[in-house]
Amino acid sequence: MTVFIIRRLLQAALVVLLMSLIVFFGVNVIGDPIDMLINPEADQAEIERAIKALGLDRPIGEQYLFFLKGVATGDFGRSFIFGEPALKLILHHMPATVELALTALILAILIGIPLGLFAGLYPDHPVSRAIMAGSILGFSLPTFWVGLMMIILFAVVLGWLPATGRGDTAVFLGIKSSAFTRDGLSHLAMPALNLALLKISLVIRLTRAGAREAMHQDYIKFARAKGLRTRRVIGVHLLKNIMIPVVTVLGLEFGNLLAFSVVTESIFAWPGMGKLLIESLLQLDRPVVVAYLMIIVVVFVIINLAVDILYSILDPRVRLREQGT
Amino acid sequence: MSVLEVAGLRTHFFTRAGVVKAVDGVDFTLQRGEVMGLVGESGSGKTVTGFSILGLVDPPGRIVGGSIRYRGEELVGAPDERLRELRGNRIAMIFQDPMMTLNPVLRIDTQMVEAIQAHERVPKKAAWERARDGLGQVGIPSPEERLRAYPHQLSGGMRQRVTIAIAFLNAPELIIADEPTTALDVTIQAQIIYQAQKVCRERGAAMIWITHDLAVVAGLADRICVMYAGRIVEAGPTDDVIDRPLHPYTVGLLGSVPSANKRGQRLNQIPGMTPNMLALPKGCAFRERCARAGDACLAEPGITEPAAGRALRCFHPHGIEVPA
Amino acid sequence: MSVPADSAPGAPEIGVETPFQRFRAEFFESWIAAFALGLLGLIVVLALLAPWITPQNPYDLGQVDVLDGKLPPGSRAYTGYTMWLGSDGAGRDLYSAILYGLRISISVGVASGVIALVIGSTIGLIAAYAGGRVETVVMRLVDLQLSFPAALIALMLVAVMGRGIDKIIIALVAAQWAYYARTVRASALVESAKEYVEAARCLGLGHARIVFRHILPNCMAPLIVVGTVQTAHAIALEATLSFLGVGLRQTEPSLGVLIANGFEYMMSGRYWISFFPGIALLLTIVSINLVGDQLRDVLNPRLKK
Repeated sequence: MTVFIIRRLLQAALVVLLMSLIVFFGVNVIGDPIDMLINPEADQAEIERAIKALGLDRPIGEQYLFFLKGVATGDFGRSFIFGEPALKLILHHMPATVELALTALILAILIGIPLGLFAGLYPDHPVSRAIMAGSILGFSLPTFWVGLMMIILFAVVLGWLPATGRGDTAVFLGIKSSAFTRDGLSHLAMPALNLALLKISLVIRLTRAGAREAMHQDYIKFARAKGLRTRRVIGVHLLKNIMIPVVTVLGLEFGNLLAFSVVTESIFAWPGMGKLLIESLLQLDRPVVVAYLMIIVVVFVIINLAVDILYSILDPRVRLREQGT
Repeated sequence: MSVLEVAGLRTHFFTRAGVVKAVDGVDFTLQRGEVMGLVGESGSGKTVTGFSILGLVDPPGRIVGGSIRYRGEELVGAPDERLRELRGNRIAMIFQDPMMTLNPVLRIDTQMVEAIQAHERVPKKAAWERARDGLGQVGIPSPEERLRAYPHQLSGGMRQRVTIAIAFLNAPELIIADEPTTALDVTIQAQIIYQAQKVCRERGAAMIWITHDLAVVAGLADRICVMYAGRIVEAGPTDDVIDRPLHPYTVGLLGSVPSANKRGQRLNQIPGMTPNMLALPKGCAFRERCARAGDACLAEPGITEPAAGRALRCFHPHGIEVPA
Repeated sequence: MSVPADSAPGAPEIGVETPFQRFRAEFFESWIAAFALGLLGLIVVLALLAPWITPQNPYDLGQVDVLDGKLPPGSRAYTGYTMWLGSDGAGRDLYSAILYGLRISISVGVASGVIALVIGSTIGLIAAYAGGRVETVVMRLVDLQLSFPAALIALMLVAVMGRGIDKIIIALVAAQWAYYARTVRASALVESAKEYVEAARCLGLGHARIVFRHILPNCMAPLIVVGTVQTAHAIALEATLSFLGVGLRQTEPSLGVLIANGFEYMMSGRYWISFFPGIALLLTIVSINLVGDQLRDVLNPRLKK
């Protein structure tokens, strides 16, 4: 197990290095670094100074090492707009995004697994057909448009839920979150559901496919032949086998949710790092953009690693293979 | 009193391509402690017969007629909960492929303890000990260790021993063994047959041994039923059926079993293919593959009793000359 | 299944279908898929014919009047015709704007889909056929890219490159090529293990001929399925990026741009400016996905009985 984790950590480090290369050359070769990294309102003398300070007059290889050193020490430069270090700015916005993504993930599991299970166990039931039609719709609906329609329906027409912002937050167990206040929850509901929509469809499909496949396995029939109650056959024998792919995919999808929150946060004015990214993009606040890209890469690599480890814990077959090596 | 009485059982599958009459009129009776061999080609309906008895026929399949009586109690149309109480408790089943029958993500002890607790209020510890003893009885060394293992850590033969142990956990009166040795190595096969037979004798359980291999049941069963295309075409005491087969299909099956005293001879194979269950020929289903078939075979042969304790569905049985 | 024994040899074979006929029959077995295909056809035709069937060219300033702005559906325009779907903030007839927008959305989606398909499948084919180190490197790259969501990669690229139709297409291609590469490699590996490829090699055919004339045609089925799904993705992705203001410009008004324009009027209850372009987008994507779903079922040999 330890060998496995060390090997995966090395791989992860390699991926981060590779992505830093891509981001760096993206900024410095495809784009114009002076445009990207220097405040566009600076005058000629300032630009000269900045070019020197950023080392843009040096050879490209040396510049990359300089950039890498910045990445390693968490120094991505200062935001042109806020004047704060870019990394600090993003970390400041990160909890709101994580909160949103986590809520969406929980919604996807709570709604998706029961619906998918039902559709898989009773494939010909009219309700199952409705569930599957809904999931195709969920796949096809553009998230941002659904967000708009939710605002029109729930905020403008019905007036049930607030359309924008994060609402009141409270601290519980050392975590500050909107989920702990009534007002915060009412703010969280729409964006979380909006972000969850695609994932609900995904979980429904995965669970249904898993259930349909497992239903025909001998071990399910054998479990029934043992005289187990239906609840146990489905709740333990079936679900435990389905959960392996579902958990694996969902783990990977968590990163996806973090990235996709860019859209939801922009619509619902949720003060997370996705909204920060779009604002920085539109205002040409390049250091923040570069910092965001590098951070999201690191987050993704960490999530992939965590999911791999989780997978090996869930599936005894994988676990033993790793022990054997 | 007989343990099981099956009469006129018909289980059909309503597929998009048509109705498959997998079991179409099967009758047999099983006495206490009796071992019956149910023999036939794949697709002849022997496995479906087994599942019908357990009430485990899944859609699009359905029992459309006949009766299954366990100790006089009618099982066709019995409530699901009653069937569940019987399954794994009074009537247990052993499946064909041990690689597939144990749940890969649950430990052996979980899968054994739950089988006990589904039918009895037993503390977990007591159930666990019973599971351990059960493993010991089927000849598994260091059962405590095996209990904590996952199925993939055991060999195929070991896994089949585990499923046999599971089947016997609640001391059932009837065991349905569906080709339990087909997926195993030949050397293991004999051991598994020996174990199953031994436990069966010790507990006085009746057994239906489903197989396509006459040689396997020859030394095992008290009685043999030969199935073809959803029907029992010949039945009788094992020695009688093997020494004096009457149905041409049984004769064909026996002819295709290799054995020492037939060395050097050509094995006789049954001509033609297993029948298309969607489009069975009219009359006797074996007609098109049968050398003895005549015009009479265009009608459906009824059950006759050519000798004491024997049953037959054939107009032109062996040993009786065909009129020219 | 066995052949019915009573079919006499040499009897004329009735009802033998060509593969295409069978494919067509199986595809239309589902009325939903048939309906989706019809709808998709209608959408494409409407988009193609937009200049001839709309009452107004919404981007000809001479035909647009600001006085017509923000009219609800069914209003009568200043210039006389009825705006069945209302008008947007600048006074453009939404029905016309949507059909023009569809042209752009579909063109971007199809263009990036086709380019990604060509690039991705070429790379996948080369990887599968070359094997060895080339394959390892390419597939590692593919795996790496697929571990990031396509949306994020596209977003990263437009962040670096800026807005515009050419840049969006580049970003979409870069975000999607790996899906094609993976698909093609998987089926090409299966195909190149088969005897006919071995036979072609023995005949001394050139590599290019074997790859493109023998292996590629046999990889088409999964490629078509992935192609439809990815094109729907591309259309949705472009709309999303444009909505966020990092995709197409106002001068290239795809459906996403139209929806973004309606955003500011939404709080005042003028829902239609975002609603109707969204419906058009939704119908397009749903119909492509439904067609893709059915294609997957029909073309997948594993699901066949």
